[in-house]
Amino acid sequence: MKQISLIVATLTIIGIIAGGSLSLVNNWAAPKIALNLKAETERAIFLVHPDGKRYEEIKNAGLEVYKVFNEKDSSVGYSLVYDGNGFQGNIKLMIGLTNDLNRTTSIEILEQSETPGLGTKILEAPYKDQFNGLEVNPSIILVKGAEPSNPNEVQSITGATISSKAVVAIVNEGITKLKDIENKGASE
Amino acid sequence: MKKQVPLLREFTKGLWEINPTFKQILGMCPTLAVTVSAINGIAMALATTFVLVFSSLMISLVRKLIPNQVRIASYIVIIATFVTIVDLVMKAQFVELSKALGPFIPLIVVNCIILGRAEAFASKNGPLRSVLDALGNGAGFFISLFVLGSIREIIGSRTILGYQVLPNGFEPWLIMILPAGAFLALGLLMGFANLYIERKKNLVRESLIAQYKRVGREEITDEVLKEAGV
Repeated sequence: MKQISLIVATLTIIGIIAGGSLSLVNNWAAPKIALNLKAETERAIFLVHPDGKRYEEIKNAGLEVYKVFNEKDSSVGYSLVYDGNGFQGNIKLMIGLTNDLNRTTSIEILEQSETPGLGTKILEAPYKDQFNGLEVNPSIILVKGAEPSNPNEVQSITGATISSKAVVAIVNEGITKLKDIENKGASE
Repeated sequence: MKKQVPLLREFTKGLWEINPTFKQILGMCPTLAVTVSAINGIAMALATTFVLVFSSLMISLVRKLIPNQVRIASYIVIIATFVTIVDLVMKAQFVELSKALGPFIPLIVVNCIILGRAEAFASKNGPLRSVLDALGNGAGFFISLFVLGSIREIIGSRTILGYQVLPNGFEPWLIMILPAGAFLALGLLMGFANLYIERKKNLVRESLIAQYKRVGREEITDEVLKEAGV
């Protein structure tokens, strides 16, 4: 009996000390971590809208989407965060869209775990820059081998078709979702 | 009373003699996973060393107070506390590194080097020796991760610590920064390390036999060789 109470007491004391010191560290770190996350989102929002100066989160959309304003306080478009499956894991994108949702301004990849050297080419300019001012109606189409001939076409990366496809699919799906919400909002 | 080794030995033995990666073969998961670049290896080794030193110190301080039945549970709580502190600090101050190392920081909790040193050393020795032992093992881990990370980074992406060292004409071997490359590089490194150890042993053995012959002694026995550690 004495042994058991000793064991319980030891573990309890260790637990209390560990918990106490962790809460101290967390008190110091939590605001910094929140700030870092916010700074990162902010940076990405303005990356896809370089002339943006201010942004507003659109609430109750069921999506993470921000309306971006320029220095004259007129809207320059939307920054939409949307994710989906890539080749190995999740791909999270920041998609810049014009006000009428007809074109992308550019995209930025926030998170990915594609194959280094192959799938990670989605991060590089030759692929990514295809989304600068890309027509999205009726939807973005991925072409293989040939040069894109229509304003809504994107050329696939050789050796990383699945990753290229995934990014296009995520952009298309995100835009469709956003359009649905916009339409609903207009009819209500 | 067991033989007391000099204090410095407690540190230096971790560098090679009981090197966590090459001799104890512990902590393979982070070794293989994060060494795609030298800087990742350095960061991982520093984080692990921090946890190792502080948990060894704590465990060595409280080793006589903890009942034997719950010692592992207690060690794990102590280790987990320090790992969580490292994780929070990195997320707050070193965002980029924390992103690169991702889930491997919380996984330091289950790194066998730390529990291994706690159980094999810190729970039996005083605080000073435990800290030295932890520093030595941490340094050994650092060396292994840095070497492995450098090799993989040089061949896999032509750079070391971000500086290009191989010309553009050299096509990077992508496999080196993929998981398979980690196994290849580590396996070869271990193979060379063992080859070196074997050759050294043989040299000592031969010189010993030669010495015995010179003084005209009988055939060298296995016991004598064992005593000489070869």
